[in-house]
Amino acid sequence: MWMTELPPFVPFFIAALMVLISSGWPRNLVLLVTPVLAGLYLWLDVTPGTVLTVPIIEFELVLMRADRLSLLFGYIFHIAAFIAAIFSLHERDTTQAVASQLYVGSALGAVFAGDLITLFIFWELLAISSVFLVWARHTERAIRSGMRYLVIQVSSGMLLLAGALLQYYQTDSLTFDFIGLEGISGWLIFIAFGIKCAFPLLHNWLPDAYPEATPTGTVFLSAFTTKTAVYALARGFPGTELLVYIGAVMTVFPIFYAVIENDLRRVLSYSLINQLGFMVCGIGIGTALALNGTVAHAFSHIIYKALLFMSMGAVLYRAGNIYASDLGGMYKSMPKTAVFCIIGASSISAFPLFSGFVSKSMVLAAMIEEGYDYIWLVLLFASAGVLHHAGIKIPYYAFFAKDAGIRTEEAPLNMLIAMGIAALLCIFIGTQPSYLYALLPWEVEFWPYDTTHVLTQLQLLLFAVLAFVWTNKIGLHPHEIHAVNVDIEWLYRKLLPDAAAYMYGVYKRIGYDFIESAHASLKATARTISRTRPGRFHLAASWPTGSMVLWIAVILGFFLLADALY
Amino acid sequence: MKQQDNKKHLFDNPRNISIVIRSLYIICILLVLLDFVLHRHVMHEWEHLTGFYAIFGFAAFVVIVLGARQLRKIVMRKEDYYDVDD
Repeated sequence: MWMTELPPFVPFFIAALMVLISSGWPRNLVLLVTPVLAGLYLWLDVTPGTVLTVPIIEFELVLMRADRLSLLFGYIFHIAAFIAAIFSLHERDTTQAVASQLYVGSALGAVFAGDLITLFIFWELLAISSVFLVWARHTERAIRSGMRYLVIQVSSGMLLLAGALLQYYQTDSLTFDFIGLEGISGWLIFIAFGIKCAFPLLHNWLPDAYPEATPTGTVFLSAFTTKTAVYALARGFPGTELLVYIGAVMTVFPIFYAVIENDLRRVLSYSLINQLGFMVCGIGIGTALALNGTVAHAFSHIIYKALLFMSMGAVLYRAGNIYASDLGGMYKSMPKTAVFCIIGASSISAFPLFSGFVSKSMVLAAMIEEGYDYIWLVLLFASAGVLHHAGIKIPYYAFFAKDAGIRTEEAPLNMLIAMGIAALLCIFIGTQPSYLYALLPWEVEFWPYDTTHVLTQLQLLLFAVLAFVWTNKIGLHPHEIHAVNVDIEWLYRKLLPDAAAYMYGVYKRIGYDFIESAHASLKATARTISRTRPGRFHLAASWPTGSMVLWIAVILGFFLLADALY
Repeated sequence: MKQQDNKKHLFDNPRNISIVIRSLYIICILLVLLDFVLHRHVMHEWEHLTGFYAIFGFAAFVVIVLGARQLRKIVMRKEDYYDVDD
């Protein structure tokens, strides 16, 4: 009924345009109908093996490469876009509406990209479109945080481009298939993916920016960027053993930050890294069962994570506050949201009958099968950690704990519907996993519901709950307090600026007056420009892009040189 | 908008809280007892230990709590730590 070769990003880019020129119910209609129609098209009309190429100059850009792996990510992205659209129906902000559609389209473009240049283009569009969801909060913190987010995301794209060009130079091919860690190009692409996938030490953009975005913006953000990176890793680096260890670290270290973090959406952001860790481990193991586990976990994760972010977004929207220390007792005002949140919490904790259980167990089973005994123990430990910060902390401190006396209305109807759909999906996947399993890219026999598995999982989780009750009772459990917990971002938010300020001080003392005068004249010019309206917003917003272009040149120059010296 | 809230809610009654906690205790005891009754197929030698998962879950949680308390000593700063004044 439709043309069979329409790249999946196109409907969302058209929707972005339509959203831009409409408002009110027509706009809402576009936001709702696009993911449904585009999703149906993908489901009914696109079969694995469909390829669409567009020749540009001497290259063939593969705009669409549909196989079971890319299609599965395509399906879940449409579901996520639909749920997030319902959740944001009350929004009147044009910027956010347009940005969200471009963002979804870019994620789809990246997932269906068959060559590295197409991937690079959508990789960067993903960064640029999503930052507006952070900036839309309009707070000073959000603007600054978004700026850091943009610089880091764009750098990831630069590394990807450098790696792609180097690969082209060496192999004469830009195809995006297995890449592996052979040579510099492989490493560059690996690190580019790693930044977007929040590898340890490269992760800080995530807990920095996601909690600063708008309540609706974070729901979009949580679904697409990192899962595009998971897809890219699964495509380019399956069976790369290093990923097992990287993933294991990712599952563990965020737990401790999540326990002491007060901002509940930041807790969820750290928890997001922890969940990515399980997926990265699966890619590292690289067997059919493990890779199936990774994509199945990405699938169920997108839904329950969105559900958790939606429930916290609803609380933020109604109570105007998302700090664990200031909330409590919200179940009295928002009982439905509380129930949905508990369903999301049970899913992420992987309680039997909920979605996390049927997907995470595949990765754990694959891990034992391949003999990673100690890493398996680490993941088991991390599973108890998930239960702590996402399973208990989120619902407990927001909705129960000590009543903070906040009385609001229940979340708006559109938010409740969005959360309701996500909650139903969590339970559906958890109770009827065969439907999800049938979609998985590789043929593997796996069934999570046997006595051993259910019993051991319940023992693990419920004794962890017991430990929560006990530590809470004896006052061992850390209290929720307003504070900043420094992470690796300290390097670029504190050390670098302080060092720069110090160096400046030194220069000044030894009498470089001209620096001062030059600075003063620059400052005066900047002030004149910044008084104008475009200067205040647009120019200020684009300087990192300008400096990024400079850095591309530097990086490319470096690789040309490195290559010439070989 | 702010309505007076005189309604008694579910957990305002301490009895309901203790029901929840007691049921948790009972379920936990049952789960350990089931370990003796049901035959678990084990893939790993550590799993032979009776109550391995229960002990591991409890211990992991306590380790996480204690670890987080230590982490706080290292990384916690005032809320305005990163604020820039300009």
